[in-house]
Amino acid sequence: MAENTSELAIDARAVARRFGSRWVLRGVTMQLRPGEIVGLLGPNGCGKSTLLRIFGTLLRPSAGTASVYGHDVVTASDRVRAHIGFLAHEPGLYDDLTARENLWFAATMLGVGNEEIEESLARVGLSHARHERVRGFSAGMERRLSVARMLLGKPKLLLLDEPYSNLDAEGIAMMSGVIADAVREGGAALVVLHELAPAAGMLSRTVTLTDGKN
Amino acid sequence: MAANSVQTWSPPKAGRWPLFGVFALLFLIGSQFVAFTTSPPDRDMGELEKILYVHVPAAWIMSLTFAVVMFYSLRYLWKGDERDDLAAASAAEVGTMFNGLTLVLGMLWGKPAWGVWWAWDPRLTSTLVLFLIFVGYLSLRSFVDEPERRAKWSAAVGILGAINVPIVYMSVQWWRTLHQMQSTPDTVAGIYVLSLRLNAFAFLFVMIYFVRRRYESMCLERAAEHAEQAKALGGV
Amino acid sequence: MSMRDDFRRVRAIVWKDLTTERRSKAGFNGVVALGVTILLLFGFALGPETAAIKSAASGALWLAALFAAVLAFNRSYQVELEGGALDPLLLYPGARWAIFSGKLIANLAFVGLMLIIVVLVGIVLYQVSIPSTWPALLGVLALGAIGICTLGTFYAAMASRSRAREVLLPLLLFPMLVPVLLAAMQATKALLNGDLMHESGAWMKLLVAYDIIFLIVTHLAFEHVIEA
Repeated sequence: MAENTSELAIDARAVARRFGSRWVLRGVTMQLRPGEIVGLLGPNGCGKSTLLRIFGTLLRPSAGTASVYGHDVVTASDRVRAHIGFLAHEPGLYDDLTARENLWFAATMLGVGNEEIEESLARVGLSHARHERVRGFSAGMERRLSVARMLLGKPKLLLLDEPYSNLDAEGIAMMSGVIADAVREGGAALVVLHELAPAAGMLSRTVTLTDGKN
Repeated sequence: MAANSVQTWSPPKAGRWPLFGVFALLFLIGSQFVAFTTSPPDRDMGELEKILYVHVPAAWIMSLTFAVVMFYSLRYLWKGDERDDLAAASAAEVGTMFNGLTLVLGMLWGKPAWGVWWAWDPRLTSTLVLFLIFVGYLSLRSFVDEPERRAKWSAAVGILGAINVPIVYMSVQWWRTLHQMQSTPDTVAGIYVLSLRLNAFAFLFVMIYFVRRRYESMCLERAAEHAEQAKALGGV
Repeated sequence: MSMRDDFRRVRAIVWKDLTTERRSKAGFNGVVALGVTILLLFGFALGPETAAIKSAASGALWLAALFAAVLAFNRSYQVELEGGALDPLLLYPGARWAIFSGKLIANLAFVGLMLIIVVLVGIVLYQVSIPSTWPALLGVLALGAIGICTLGTFYAAMASRSRAREVLLPLLLFPMLVPVLLAAMQATKALLNGDLMHESGAWMKLLVAYDIIFLIVTHLAFEHVIEA
């Protein structure tokens, strides 16, 4: 039975990517359906982050195709971006700005109103630190703020690179809650994981990359 | 449709080009012969004037090559075909070579004519600036490994560089004329014009030939990279 | 996506760049100090006779400003590159040229302020008197700064993300800036001497033309360069 591919959150076919002469991805084919939370596993350096970045339109595939909700990541990247929330390994925050200012900047760039800022801060448990500069944040706080920024865009598909790292038990619960919320409303999530434990109960299934292929 | 890295083209064939190369070389020899035998020694420069039949055409062709770089760079940004990037790069390499030739010949002319190797002559100085712009373009290419990034960045730098060519010439010219500087002569007397035109065409043919050959070899290199890529992917 | 949204983004980026720069403190003072140091070194190179120094003043001023500005250009991308903030920046919707505009305006403020300080110090060090034509001189400073910052901000988008960035930026930038530097230096020199020959007008026209041409081209080309 043929899938109506425009309903697939992710449709990837033979995605490959090289850096210089090194092939990091050698042909990954996978699909993500709305409502799924899929874990992406594999040893270090197997290309999990690279694959996530390709889905997030931050890298172009060297070969193969990928689309998000029917939009090709190369030719319709702006439409893809409107649907996704990307949580990178690095927080990507401005150290000399406060939490609130970081979110204000993101909100302005997204075209989202300022009311959303307080809501996001509250969701990740950082309301108390809104006027503190990120330079003084712990790694866990930075992670939470990145999540808050991601939520501003009300994303449908979450692309998360090791989201549980640096989080305490409370943070882990918050993260799982955020993922569950997003997926409940028809979204989906692809989560790069170093270890299954924090997300074990939530995953619909896992995809494991070995030697750049699945 | 995947990004540029999937090769959708086959490398250009040499075809009749080697024949053209022979023609270009013969034309050049012929033009130089005509120049040497038909134009009398200049009143001021004597036989030294003969160097102009290489120096001036080389300078014209250099500017033309910049225009070629700009054309293919624009085309690359518009269409995304990596062959246009390779064509631009070939033209840039050949242009740098002609540029270097122009500089050296200019200095060889200048030493007897002015008594010094360098006298901040407006045309020669502009040529040096353009040489450095070309060098910047080639350096950028050598510092970037990713083919698509290298192509996009080179295209931008090539276009900006080409646009700057007339502005550089103008500004250096104004700078020197303000201070009444002698410059390499604008040979206009009738007898010289024919020989100059002939040699200009000769150099044009030689340039076209060189760019074409360099383009062919770059395409072959790139095709080899693509083949290696296909192998690494195991025929996916 | 409307133009108003893009202008709003430009303002946000200008605010962000200037605020992070102001709060990190180290940057601006260091760049100004470098500019003044270079002025001093030129003084040693050209002096100690006042006549020699005075006649070379405009050249030395602009070169000092240029070398100091190069530091600013790579820095303006460093904030994003170090913390991984370039990714989120590229994921926001809207036109890419807005990112360039924002960074350009922020760099202009930074370099412009530095230039004014360097010129004032230069006037003292090189014993130049402030001419009656000083409003035109301010115009030349502005036009020169725009020319330098436009190409500097553009090339730094590439250089800061490649190997050998310290070499690549000056290598690409300096030959391209020859018209700006010639025009700015000559116009400054003429104006400092009262511009008796009315030379500065022609040079200023060249600066205006150069600035307009490259402002347009860089804005058009930026999206190809920042995404790659």
